[in-house]
Amino acid sequence: MALTGIQIYKLLPKTNCKDCGYPTCLAFAMKLAAKQEELSACPHVSEAARAELAESSAPPVRLITLKANGNEFKSGNETVLFRHEKTFVNKPGVFVRFSDDLSPAEIQANLAPAEAFQVNYVGISLALDGYAVASVTGNPEAFAGAVAAIRNLSHKPLILIARDPQVMAAGLRVVDGETPLIYAADQDNWQSMAELARQHQAPLAVRADSLEDLAGLTEKLVAAGVEDLVLDPGGRDLATSLSRCTQIRRLALKNFRPLGYPIIALPAEASTPEIEPLMAAQSVAKYGGFIVLSSFTPELLYPLLVLRQNIYTDPQKPIQVQPGLYEINDPGPESPVLVTTNFSITYFSVANEVEGSGIPAWLVVADAEGMSVLTAWAAGKFDAERIAKDVRSFGVAEKVTHKRIVLPGHVAVLSGELEEELPGWEIRVGPREAVDLPSFLKQAL
Amino acid sequence: MPVEIPKDNWPGAVRTITLGATAAEGGSRRQVVTVGGAKSLPFLHFEAIHPYRPVIALEIRDRRPDDWSPLLIKTWQEVVDDPASWAQAGEKLGVDLIQLTLSLTKADGSSNTPANAVNVVKAVLAATGLPLLVFGPGQAEVDNELLVAVAEATKGERLVLGICEDKNYRTIVAAALANGHLVSARTPMDVNLAKQLNILIKDMGMPLDRILMDPTTGALGYGIEYGYSVMERLRLAALQGDTMTQFPMIVTPGFEAWKTKEAKVGEGVPAEWGDWEARAIHWESLTTIALLESGADIVVLRHPESIRRIQAAIQELMTQAEPA
Ligand code: B12
Ligand code: SF4
Repeated sequence: MALTGIQIYKLLPKTNCKDCGYPTCLAFAMKLAAKQEELSACPHVSEAARAELAESSAPPVRLITLKANGNEFKSGNETVLFRHEKTFVNKPGVFVRFSDDLSPAEIQANLAPAEAFQVNYVGISLALDGYAVASVTGNPEAFAGAVAAIRNLSHKPLILIARDPQVMAAGLRVVDGETPLIYAADQDNWQSMAELARQHQAPLAVRADSLEDLAGLTEKLVAAGVEDLVLDPGGRDLATSLSRCTQIRRLALKNFRPLGYPIIALPAEASTPEIEPLMAAQSVAKYGGFIVLSSFTPELLYPLLVLRQNIYTDPQKPIQVQPGLYEINDPGPESPVLVTTNFSITYFSVANEVEGSGIPAWLVVADAEGMSVLTAWAAGKFDAERIAKDVRSFGVAEKVTHKRIVLPGHVAVLSGELEEELPGWEIRVGPREAVDLPSFLKQAL
Repeated sequence: MPVEIPKDNWPGAVRTITLGATAAEGGSRRQVVTVGGAKSLPFLHFEAIHPYRPVIALEIRDRRPDDWSPLLIKTWQEVVDDPASWAQAGEKLGVDLIQLTLSLTKADGSSNTPANAVNVVKAVLAATGLPLLVFGPGQAEVDNELLVAVAEATKGERLVLGICEDKNYRTIVAAALANGHLVSARTPMDVNLAKQLNILIKDMGMPLDRILMDPTTGALGYGIEYGYSVMERLRLAALQGDTMTQFPMIVTPGFEAWKTKEAKVGEGVPAEWGDWEARAIHWESLTTIALLESGADIVVLRHPESIRRIQAAIQELMTQAEPA
């Protein structure tokens, strides 16, 4: 974690020579702590102090990048335990695992839908981050064949899973020049795995069944020149996994370097198939950096990626869309006018339904400061006055020949006031939920 | 290498609260359910002993719900027409509690009445030995009218009556107070609002071991992140010793998840959403697990398969692999 001004001050020469342009070393230290100055502005700082300061400014969870043919995936750089303190930054990667006992043809058949998977959530496109290839045969050729089969169809980053360094080497040769994640070094094979990681300049996952052993291994690997590491703290049940991941994040934030790396979670190895989705969700909320699933199932991937999106949003500012008059399905002067708010989830729930119905409509997206219908209403940001003001300033009357506006059902109470604010307009109350909009548009208008 | 595990040593703890009363205690429940008691964040067994596991309540209605996802109706079948059989089916599934919501209208469309509410509650109590939570339809006057009658007719059962909100808590709290019941206090996702309402309820003389708090949640994709963070903050405040946040938390992921389009609609949705029923069950169970990890003590659910999965997850989460 970053040092405070006082902690930095203790490392400075304390001579107050003013060469840095500040009256005292303390004043300079405060600027450094606020990241408004560079250490290099002090010409007198000792080597030891420089090293210590550099160390403390490194992120508590090291940033790890996987690369493949122009596709990149990043994990790490997290700085907090709880999302209300500060936004979680790099979303955990979701990877689907394939085993090398499948033939290349089988792999490709299974891979095609996974590769094509792309789902829209409030205007954000969600997809898989990559694939894991697991050696179950122990045969180097089978492993290399499986890696090649995936590479033929996909350019996404890979995690290579094998215990035997020879098998791993065969897989790595197929993707030479890329940066996959090598999984995993353990107590027995770490030296050969370290060698492979150095050769291919690829990050290396480290696996041990206790934090002591894990930290011991990462120290040895760093000493052997492998610095990009990922942690697998074992514990394939929900409780052990949660405890160990929490301990690792806490230690990392206390600047305990041997565990300052992202975590790889393997719901694919959960105790039962029913627990797997729940373990994946736990890993999203509680400190996973890479998440490996046992199969491609769109009905799970969609909610899992939405959960990830939710947990990793900035808790201070809701995702919003630009207020304004939106045209859906090419509306004309006779088309209905609907009102909603500019909270992303709200806007997309409504816009998607109208679009899907095929009925042309005008959508007044009021400036409700990014709040949902009821939240904005309760907060006084979506009242008759505001809606009337937006209807006027967006020039709705010039676009339509009728004077009829549809309010969300949840704010039916606003209709009287809105009639007063917009003389001559007829105010209609729509259904409460957007799902019911298409039938409402067809029947009631 | 030696690693010193950082352990939080919190000064505060969540209150333990018991729902339901056996015959010996003045009620008629076969078993009671105790929740709360946490001295650390959820499931961190290396830090503290967690005396009580989170529990599952099955949400049932006093009559067939008109607006539920067809998937729920399909799985529960005819029991949705009979709250007593519905509660029994829940008990067979192994849920810990039954949460009965009274409707505004009866099945024939006429307004619900206190007499009908009392009959339904009594029938459910007779059909199951589990403790019961009874919520009104959510309209102040009707809630008060129905819940007061229910409270009086079931004196001593230690039911949970809800939902107390800032605009409507006095009558419900008074009825619970006079008849030996508990209350559930709901506020819209805000630490200070939650504390305020708890204080107001306490100031009416309600003993602190008869209050649950419902911080409100949103479904996955529809605001869960706000609920998740407010629950984490409420739990941290409780552990730090803030007495007015030290109540067990109840949330309704079943209600929230099953009103989403993802759970309600099977046709005309993107192919990437996958199998409808599987997706809907994931929607409910993933919402639930996230809320359990952020501090929920009671989760109210709807689908039997989500219930089975969450039961398994809670069991695994409560198994202390590495002792404190
Ligand atoms: C998430 C949330 C928040 C978040 C804000 C999220 C945001 N950016 O808006 C936070 C935590 C910040 C918040 C704050 C507050 N909230 Co709030 N919040 C919620 C919650 C949980 C979900 C809201 C949501 O996102 N829904 C999803 C969106 C998509 O729904 P929607 O906008 O209504 O859109 C749907 C329909 O309305 C319809 N629709 C939309 N537009 C249109 C248009 C037409 C024409 C039609 C036909 C249909 C239609 O389609 C959509 C999908 O079906 C609800 C409770 C709940 N579980 O629903 C409470 C809730 C809305 N909040 C509430 C309150 C009171 C507040 C506060 C005022 C509390 C306070 N005193 O501080 C504050 C206000 C904020 C402030 N002061 O700045 C109350 C409102 C009570 C009421 N009935 O008046 C609610 C209902 C909770 C409750 N039961 O008490 N809240
Ligand atoms: S240049 Fe260095 S030693 Fe001189 S005052 Fe600034 S911080 Fe202190």
